[in-house]
Amino acid sequence: MTRLTTDNPCAACPAHARLEQMGIKMDRYDRIVALAGNPNTGKSTLFNALTGLKQHTGNWPGKTVTRAEGGYQFNGVKYKLVDLPGAYSLLSTSQDEEVARDFLLFGQPDCTIVVTDATALERNLNLVLQVLEITDKVVVAVNLIDEARRKGIEVDTRTLSRDLGVPAVPIVARSGEGIITLLSTVADVIEGRIITHPRRVEGTPAFQRAVQELTPLIEQMAPGIPNARWLAIRLLEGDARVQRAIRSGELADIVARQRAAEDRLGATAALMGRQ
Amino acid sequence: MITTPEDVLARAETLRNRLPSSFRDEIVQSLYAEAERIARRAVKTAGNRQYDLDQRIDRLVTAPVTGLLIMLLLLTVVIWMTVSGANVISDLLFTLLFGFGDWARSLFVAWGVPWWITGFIWDGVYRCLAWVVSVMFPPMAIFFPAFTLLEDLGYLPRVAFNLDWLFKKAGAHGKQSLTMMMGFGCNAAGVISTRVIDSPRERLIAILTNNFVPCNGRFPTLIMLATVFVAAGFGGAAASLVAAGAVVAVVLIGVAFTFLMSWLLSKTVLRGEASAFTLELPPYRRPNVLRILYTSLIDRTIFVLWRAMLTAAPAGAVIWLLANIRFGDASLAVAIAQWLDSFGRLLGLDGAILLAYIIALPANEIVVPTMMMIYTSAGMMVEGPASDDALRALLVDQQGWTLLTAINLMLFSLLHNPCATTIITIFKETRSYKWAAMSVAITLGTAVLVTFLTASLARLAGLQ
Repeated sequence: MTRLTTDNPCAACPAHARLEQMGIKMDRYDRIVALAGNPNTGKSTLFNALTGLKQHTGNWPGKTVTRAEGGYQFNGVKYKLVDLPGAYSLLSTSQDEEVARDFLLFGQPDCTIVVTDATALERNLNLVLQVLEITDKVVVAVNLIDEARRKGIEVDTRTLSRDLGVPAVPIVARSGEGIITLLSTVADVIEGRIITHPRRVEGTPAFQRAVQELTPLIEQMAPGIPNARWLAIRLLEGDARVQRAIRSGELADIVARQRAAEDRLGATAALMGRQ
Repeated sequence: MITTPEDVLARAETLRNRLPSSFRDEIVQSLYAEAERIARRAVKTAGNRQYDLDQRIDRLVTAPVTGLLIMLLLLTVVIWMTVSGANVISDLLFTLLFGFGDWARSLFVAWGVPWWITGFIWDGVYRCLAWVVSVMFPPMAIFFPAFTLLEDLGYLPRVAFNLDWLFKKAGAHGKQSLTMMMGFGCNAAGVISTRVIDSPRERLIAILTNNFVPCNGRFPTLIMLATVFVAAGFGGAAASLVAAGAVVAVVLIGVAFTFLMSWLLSKTVLRGEASAFTLELPPYRRPNVLRILYTSLIDRTIFVLWRAMLTAAPAGAVIWLLANIRFGDASLAVAIAQWLDSFGRLLGLDGAILLAYIIALPANEIVVPTMMMIYTSAGMMVEGPASDDALRALLVDQQGWTLLTAINLMLFSLLHNPCATTIITIFKETRSYKWAAMSVAITLGTAVLVTFLTASLARLAGLQ
């Protein structure tokens, strides 16, 4: 990433940023970005705007039932983008919501964009908070701000960012407004130029103690596991899917894969620095 | 010390048992409280806009009586637009494509190309393709954009809302109305969309009954039959209204069968209660016209048409071969059609129609073209009919079609088994040969039973 910051410091400014849609050409990519969000908040519209693909979009919840993948290149870095089915929560069991949750947990994206509907922010924040329990690398895209404005709703994204502990970017996916800012924020979060402090819902003191007791055990079992705390919470809640993943050794595989990916990315970064 | 997965799971179990039983609700509650707190700080709402336009529209669109009326009205308008618009384009395409075919054929004859090459290409493959394009393209090019427009506006979830109580009565999931509506586009797509339904029982009901709404492959058949036969006695604007009314009636019959079959299934093999769910009514949005045209024309119309053409070409070839291979003193096509004829008559249809359904299994789109091909190439008809009047004259005068034939063909087309793509999709989604076979048995059984009943009734009433 040295090329972006040292060679040409302006590359990261929105005015100079370059977005290139890559459709499904993703044989080589540097980063994985996931698109999560409640149903019907415009995830597929944003996905199409970024990748140039024509994933079917429509004004009804539940239209995307499988995940779609595409690619885009931003300031010379290639991103693989995964459009997840809309979900109201990560706690339930319907097939489309499980697809979303499994990917966030086991697909290990480098960053997750949670697309929210500015006209119904409160309901959308439930999911945002749940995603923040799983991963710190999150950017909240507050979509449909044009619609909100028409309805006399104003979203203060700075306050929102501060309260959530992760960046919140206002966008209009349909017209492309705010998309460049969103992408550079995503890049900043991935490369560690923005450090996030996600807000975590703590629960009762007894529950917190139980989580604190279980988390180090999971870390001992699978050293380097990135979201041991969330797994501890899920185990305490008796989540069958997570129990299965732990028993079958799937988690150990994920950690190994994650390590390999980091090595590969390290090599890529070094290569780019040499250019 | 090494920590094994079993250690972790056992420890989690102990810790969980020590927590009060309400702890899960407490977590969810604190999550909601936190979301509310953050939203209150970040969102400012100007003035009191509670009674905005969306809500006023929704009050009309989702009310018990006006909601249903508006739904019926919209369905009729969309189908009427499709029927009246499709006719014009269809006639144009007919003239153009068949004219080209005749011209190319005469060139081949003039060049002295062997008769069987000329016949195979121009009377077999090309004619079937020309039929498919001119029958299917026009209604799709109007219906799909209109449907996508309603989807983009945000109307579809309102329909789900309006129909929810009916599905609940039938023991099915309310989201089945969404998957049913996807079925209007393509039943295979409808079957995939049932993934939004959480309960396996209700999902199976939705899968097994999806085929009872006519997909876009079958709409052209219905529209053609309604225009040529049902609306035959009416002139001008009345004709297209009557035709549209007939198609709407068929669609409503299909919806009624969806409820009936869902109810039967939920009372027998798939017993259980309907589960509750929340459905969000999205705001009405101004549709993006360019995107609608793109989605509906490229993604849907061209996609479906291309698929139809891919199956039409070999079907045309098969029919030509059947018509030109001799079997006794008749062609093979005639022989098979005659063999199927008495069963066909029992259903108010005929042998050629049943043969067409068998050949058209890969794609319902090509049933009517295949049927016409069997009539024409078997020497029963001299050449491809160029207009509705000619078509009617030929079918009625030479093939002995009656209004009953047309109506029963519409019913059969509505109710009969899914196309091969949909059957494969059902297998993929359920991972079970049993349910895939069941979907065929249910639909085909219904189609045979219903057409047999209407044919018998007509005979009893002395109409036949």
